[in-house]
Amino acid sequence: MKFRVKAWSKTGRSRVGELELGSCPHTFETPALLLSTRKGLPHFISPQLLPSLPSPDSFLLQCNPLHFIEGIPFETVSRIGGLHDMLGLREYALAAAPRDSDVCIPESNSSNKFGASFETPSGRHLIKPIEYMKMISSTKPDLWTTLADEVPAWVSQKRNRTSVDRTVKWLDECIGQNVTGGAVFGSIVGGSSIEERQRCAQEIARRNVSGYWIGGFGLGESMEQRPALLHAVVTNLPEEKPRQIFGLSLPEEVLQGISAGVDLFDSTYIYDLTIGGLALTFPVNGTEPHPSDYQLNDNVSDFTKINLKATIYRKDESPILDSCNCYTCQNHTKAYINHLLNVHEMLAQTLLEIHNTHHYLALFRTIREAIKGDRFEEFKHKFIQGRREASVL
Amino acid sequence: MALRFEILGRFNRARAAQLILPHFVCHTPLFMPVGTQGTIKGLTTNELEEIGCQIILGNTYHLALRPTSELIDEMGGLHKFMNWPRALLTDSGGFQMVSLLHLADITEEGVTFQSPVDGKPMLLTPEESIQIQNRIGADIIMALDDVVKTTTKGPRIEEAMYRTLRWIDRCIKAHKRPDEQNLFGIVQGGLDPRLRDLCVKGLVERNLPGYAIGGLAGGEDKDSFWRVVAQCTASLPEDKPRYVMGVGYPLDIVVCSALGADMYDCVYPTRTARFGTALVPEGVLKLKHKAMADDIRPVDPTCECMVCKNYTRAYIHCLVTKDAMGSQLLSYHNLYYMLKLSRDLHSSIVRGQFPQFVCQFLQKMFPEGDVPEWVCNAMEVAGIDISSCCAPFPMSHDEHQTIYESKWVA
Ligand SMILES: [Zn+2]
Ligand SMILES: [Zn+2]
Repeated sequence: MKFRVKAWSKTGRSRVGELELGSCPHTFETPALLLSTRKGLPHFISPQLLPSLPSPDSFLLQCNPLHFIEGIPFETVSRIGGLHDMLGLREYALAAAPRDSDVCIPESNSSNKFGASFETPSGRHLIKPIEYMKMISSTKPDLWTTLADEVPAWVSQKRNRTSVDRTVKWLDECIGQNVTGGAVFGSIVGGSSIEERQRCAQEIARRNVSGYWIGGFGLGESMEQRPALLHAVVTNLPEEKPRQIFGLSLPEEVLQGISAGVDLFDSTYIYDLTIGGLALTFPVNGTEPHPSDYQLNDNVSDFTKINLKATIYRKDESPILDSCNCYTCQNHTKAYINHLLNVHEMLAQTLLEIHNTHHYLALFRTIREAIKGDRFEEFKHKFIQGRREASVL
Repeated sequence: MALRFEILGRFNRARAAQLILPHFVCHTPLFMPVGTQGTIKGLTTNELEEIGCQIILGNTYHLALRPTSELIDEMGGLHKFMNWPRALLTDSGGFQMVSLLHLADITEEGVTFQSPVDGKPMLLTPEESIQIQNRIGADIIMALDDVVKTTTKGPRIEEAMYRTLRWIDRCIKAHKRPDEQNLFGIVQGGLDPRLRDLCVKGLVERNLPGYAIGGLAGGEDKDSFWRVVAQCTASLPEDKPRYVMGVGYPLDIVVCSALGADMYDCVYPTRTARFGTALVPEGVLKLKHKAMADDIRPVDPTCECMVCKNYTRAYIHCLVTKDAMGSQLLSYHNLYYMLKLSRDLHSSIVRGQFPQFVCQFLQKMFPEGDVPEWVCNAMEVAGIDISSCCAPFPMSHDEHQTIYESKWVA
């Protein structure tokens, strides 16, 4: 892995970096989005359609080894040659973490000193560092994060302290397995306690890792609590290494993370929108929204997204966004997607995931340009202001 | 008439042709994937073009319910609505009603049924079916016929056959776009050769752009099935396409093509994919089977589709029946398999190597040489010597029994 910060914003901690991972031939600019996957592939976009997404931005995927626990033996994954070969995604950069937001939820009550517990569709699993490392050595991701004991924001100070102790201990156990290949990101927890966040960051920063995975967010803490918590973490981390976060996925949350100096984000938001029949429409290039792009007389649409299930789109022969050059907008109308949603056809989700991914990646590109031009805080302010006004309308 | 049918090659009764439709030049024998509601199992129209899909079948009954034929018409027709540049075919809607709704009743007027929307009694007349199909705008539209199960006995069969003939005239009269859409008539008559013959004669007199053989694939025994196909193809005109409705098992398609049929449709390849079954030259491969979890071979090592080039059985095993992507990938492979079969049938007939192709096909599917008797009988009528594959084939097929299912159950 190679990482280098190439531009700092003069006001605030936001930064633009360059990331190279494993054998992936692409260089990624950060802040970047890791596309979430189910068993290694995007939820509804077939591998045939993946190349239609923006390059190289879409070549960064988030994978969860725990997804394979009940489907395929890890020895078999290893025999196939690891995830890249199994998924037919040899040019892609794969980042592994044991947690996601829909099928592998940390279950802190069942975690114990031996390992972390996760709630999955195949039941609850307690994963010990040694087992986790077996998964890593068979799946061979380009980047992996150490096992963390993530706890929700409301746990006691004592439980929080335990979670930091365990997470640090598990990191040592994970690295101790000496699994070769793949950059290691050390997990940082600490819940909603500033001191514990600081302590965890300081401990992990002492370890020999390539970057940091900031966990324990999106678990009940408020948006107002976050800046201080993020600050406590990031100020204790070396500047030259990348920082990944999980659990900040709404645009406002992403902007908050970027302000704090976070480089890598997850795309849970895209999945949630897609499942809900929603399409992103907010302006990404700094221009004002065009009124004709929006029709606001349904319950869910606002200036940032539209609800394609709404009957007003029944006969709408225009694409989701006229200005969008994704596969969906180039080929299909709102009326067709509305029909597909009405009759519960899977192509609806495929088309929505393509558009939403395309659109969210464009937001990240705009953000990077803003940081380079030292306009990020201004951009952030305007963007959040615009979203607020839209939700009031 | 809005089509041309040009035969490019023959082997005895089998033919390979070019079917020139308003939106696409199709090659027969031709498998038509079913896209019930204007889409096929998460596959984009681009992907469907890539795997060689030439024509998609839409179900009039479903489309008329949602999004409605009026809306499709307003959006410029189904081609434009789903952004599919190639050919389309719609059924009459009658079969779907009879098979999906218990409360459908057929009278001389048409098919009466209870509306699934508000429960009110509705009537689909031949005129209305054509009007709806005219609005949807497919290249080929189907006449409303009086469908009875092939297993039905007695005077009901005869009544249905005569009614189908009376209805075809109402369909022809109602058809408003004969220069853009081709109305196919449907041969009925159950398993009774006399009734089938009368129906073929009656329809041929009407000089339609194409003919379908209906009322099959409904639980009749295989020997009756192929005999009806053989009888109808023998008496239908040479220069018109022949479509066997609802037929889609690979073996059935090979047999029917040998007997001179040209077009087929079936939900089987995509439906079976949803349950984790892949179509392979040996028969079917059940990806849900435990043995698949450790199998690092492609679904079909001889297949050149995107799925077989990139994925192992083990990986597909862990996706099937649990994740949307599993059925998407298997549907992709299964449709690729059916479309490749169509292409192979076409090219082997054109190159004069049809019997060799049939023998290879049967050898792979029946490596023990146990080709079903009905296939042997049909091939004899088709004038194709398959004696070379009816003896045990000297090759090791150790896994054949455990993993593949080579017997086709209709
Ligand atoms: Zn788009
Ligand atoms: Zn294949």
